Amino acid sequence: MRRVYMDHTAGTPIDERVLEVMMPYFTLNYGNPSSIHSFGNEPRQAIDEARSKVTDLIGAEKKEEIIFTSGGTESNNLAIKGVAYRNKDKGKHIITSSIEHMSVINTCKHLSKQGFKVTYLPVDKDGIVDTEALKKEITDKTILVSIMYANSEIGTIEPIKEIGEIAHDKEAFLHVDAVAAAGQVPINVQDENIDLLSLSSNDMYGPKGTGALYRKSGTNILPMIHGGGQERGLRSGTENLPGIVGMGKATEIAKTEMKGEAERLSKLRDAFIKGVLDRIPESYLNGHPTMRLPNNVNVRFSYIEGESLILGLDMEGVACSSGSACTSKTLEPSHALLAIGLAHEEAHGSLLFTLGRQNTKEDVKYVLGLLPSVVRRLRAISPLTPKDLVT
Amino acid sequence: MYTEKVMEHFRNPRNMGDMPDADGVGTVGNPVCGDLMTIFIKVKDNKIADVKFKTFGCGAAIATSSMITELAKGKTLEEATKISRGDVAESLGGLPPVKMHCSNLAADGLRAAIEDYLKKKEAKK
Repeated sequence: MRRVYMDHTAGTPIDERVLEVMMPYFTLNYGNPSSIHSFGNEPRQAIDEARSKVTDLIGAEKKEEIIFTSGGTESNNLAIKGVAYRNKDKGKHIITSSIEHMSVINTCKHLSKQGFKVTYLPVDKDGIVDTEALKKEITDKTILVSIMYANSEIGTIEPIKEIGEIAHDKEAFLHVDAVAAAGQVPINVQDENIDLLSLSSNDMYGPKGTGALYRKSGTNILPMIHGGGQERGLRSGTENLPGIVGMGKATEIAKTEMKGEAERLSKLRDAFIKGVLDRIPESYLNGHPTMRLPNNVNVRFSYIEGESLILGLDMEGVACSSGSACTSKTLEPSHALLAIGLAHEEAHGSLLFTLGRQNTKEDVKYVLGLLPSVVRRLRAISPLTPKDLVT
Repeated sequence: MYTEKVMEHFRNPRNMGDMPDADGVGTVGNPVCGDLMTIFIKVKDNKIADVKFKTFGCGAAIATSSMITELAKGKTLEEATKISRGDVAESLGGLPPVKMHCSNLAADGLRAAIEDYLKKKEAKK
């Protein structure tokens, strides 16, 4: 049976070129980058190079602005708590959106319990953050605005530059969770008014357990992990050397291949979306039609539920995910789908396909070939389906 | 995540479909929560002569619906009423813990269908 992996938001395979450069750092160049002796030299240099590559990917001014972490979740925690605890004398107000990743939302909820006030901005039906609401909500007491570059579920790309201008007018910092977007669309932290930016290696075909936080010089934060003072004192702990080297290579590849790959994936994505909407009655696109990540296809089908759709497709070798309650740990449907105004039963019927480097035209054709029958079968079982839709 | 038995019932659900001349119909669950189940029964000589289901929901919801129809068919109404959620899960070789409450509604659906039948019978008298 053909196997088609279209769940790249959940995890990407490591690029073989990445794995290759990582290997020596497990067994040969195992020294501690903090060591004075010669065993520390090569690792120190390797981290330096990786830092430069991450700097290049996001257009940062200097490599000292990159802090390596254990991944996107830690980067988001460090950025938000770091700013909050360091700047609470200026104010205790944080603004974010209703469609952020749980590592942002739950960090903000934690801070609410510590006496901070958090405002969750609404989004429109396509998932674009309401900048007028931001202008209304922001005050002199706002210390941080945290908005994702692009949403990992519905793929919508946010007007970050404009949001940054509004934040900076009130002298608030802008943090951007770019985990879903980095490596897929060009990001320039200097042009786009970004003070802090979270990255994850595994979302760019690098190893799991590695990420980075960009922190613009002058953006004051407190560290969350204290210890030996690595990463300029902002993230202690012996560096994850193979991981950092791998992330460096992954960002280099992403930068070199981004343009071609984004064009290729966007074409596949648009053909996929059109194919679904043309073939399946009462199917709808979730998220913005054009301001959208190149790899994101999020669609919903009336009268049926997402988990059974996943199982139906899995039986045919296709891997994807859903915003249905049944597939979440909390048994609540995706907060992003509810935030764009979907009813619970609509959110339950959503499917998320995230394409990746190894997906081809043939993969899309294969999925489009079998999706209508999977949907038809489940609709025939559902008591909600109108009679004229079951043939 | 699911047992082979659950997947088998998901792939080939038994007794799926409408029953326009049903003697009793029971609907349980709510599409807002992600699971909605309708059980239809045909009763003859106090026994469940035929049973069908239609379900909106996850794999577990569909498999438990299918399983309840197999367990109920041919049973007396008293026997069928006694089939529990636990019996359904056990017959499927177990369900993931998180599914035991939300999607394991089939036994309730069958009981609702039997109650509907008894109510209609009472009304006819």
